Amino acid sequence: MLCQHCQKNQATTHVKSIVNGEYTEYMLCSDCAKEMGYTSLWSDMQGDFSSLLGSFFSNALPERTQATRCSKCKSSYNDIANSGKVGCADCYETFYSQLLPTVRKVHGNTEHCGKRPKVFEKQTEDKPATESETELLKKELEKAVEEQNFEKAAELRDKIKELEGK
Amino acid sequence: MSEVVVKTRVRLARNLKDYPFECRLNADEKKEIAEKVCKILEKSEYDFTRYDMEKLSQVDKIALVERHLISPEFVSNNAGAVALISSNEEISIMLNEEDHIRLQIIKNGLFLEEAYEIADKLDDILSEKLEFAFSEKLGYLTQCPTNLGTAMRASVMLHLPALQKSHAVVRIGNNLSKLGLTIRGMYGESSKPSGALYQLSNQVTLGISEKAAIENLKNITNQLITQEIKSRASLSSDISVVDTVSRSLGILKTARIISSDEAMNLLSNVRFGVSVKLLETLSLDSIDELICEIQPASIMKKYGTELTVSERDIKRADFLREKLN
Ligand SMILES: [Zn+2]
Ligand SMILES: [Zn+2]
Repeated sequence: MLCQHCQKNQATTHVKSIVNGEYTEYMLCSDCAKEMGYTSLWSDMQGDFSSLLGSFFSNALPERTQATRCSKCKSSYNDIANSGKVGCADCYETFYSQLLPTVRKVHGNTEHCGKRPKVFEKQTEDKPATESETELLKKELEKAVEEQNFEKAAELRDKIKELEGK
Repeated sequence: MSEVVVKTRVRLARNLKDYPFECRLNADEKKEIAEKVCKILEKSEYDFTRYDMEKLSQVDKIALVERHLISPEFVSNNAGAVALISSNEEISIMLNEEDHIRLQIIKNGLFLEEAYEIADKLDDILSEKLEFAFSEKLGYLTQCPTNLGTAMRASVMLHLPALQKSHAVVRIGNNLSKLGLTIRGMYGESSKPSGALYQLSNQVTLGISEKAAIENLKNITNQLITQEIKSRASLSSDISVVDTVSRSLGILKTARIISSDEAMNLLSNVRFGVSVKLLETLSLDSIDELICEIQPASIMKKYGTELTVSERDIKRADFLREKLN
């Protein structure tokens, strides 16, 4: 679909807004979205996450026949990339390595700093260390091996080596 | 301060651990979540009015958007989408928007810490009874990765007529992204915002604490206030600017047909006039209220939902004459 503003570029951002008292939805290309101020996320500041993911994976491989799916909500990574929406909390673990580059691109960081729910405060009194990036990747690796997704396992192994080599 | 900062807003997003995110929920699950949250808040010290989106008319919904109480996205959410709004309109909570829970605190003027304090307290009340999706690594988990971490957006609505006139806002905007902030027009298209009203907010939520993000936002806001007030001082002695202010009030007091865009821009001129003491009879608060009330759906709520655009423009002019004379 072409951008409804410039009619030139491919539309990547779905915008919902109120224009002169009317509810309207339209599709914009990332340039027009940016120009019209829809560059950051959150309701009336609708975002470009889907376009970001889209462009990041524009030359990605076609979906493998046995794509990994989140065991809780059944999303595949392609579902997430196409919609710009993560399916559930577990998806963040299942697709951690695939989501990480985008998270880094958006925030410039990959590690939380700030408030935590009270339940977690109690838990960490006896378990202070948080999981490191490599630990999370190792978990994902175990899962990939279990699923016999060796292509992904090899990728993860390389990433872990790279991180540990630092 | 309130000459420049019209409103402060702090928003938090939260999701329940035991449910998939909104895009993967069915209507029954959404209703379940909404009931759970409503029940907890019923027992709290806060007094909320409940609005079920599927029961509201389109005009009522849009009027809530115009008052910044719900998001434009929420208008299309239906089954299980519930808004809880406090009687003073300071707190509003959207259930089953893009995240299960989105709470928002609005205050008039610049009160970032105070607004966050209320949001923080409400979050504590909810997290005592609900288990939120959270990871040590990524913070609060949200449907869209752009909100990960604190899942907090703090923003200030700024009236910047003088900086807009000197085209300084665009220049400032280009430098802000380096600081993790973003500025955009509040009404109309961002490239040409009507009413010189802008929204400045934090863009990064992962890797920066709530306190640091608010501090950062506050610092930049204070710099903008200083710059805006300085530019206003030099404008207020310019006879052509004084003329524009007087004429603007004249049109608002006498017009018979007026679009919301025109009204917004004239009210912005008048607001500027009040802030530099060119106009002594009006208050900033009363103008800010008018800016809300002249929005299309708010006019339709007052004068009838079947109004066409041109009928609306006539009613808007009637309304403004009555309020300003
Ligand atoms: Zn375009
Ligand atoms: Zn999932």
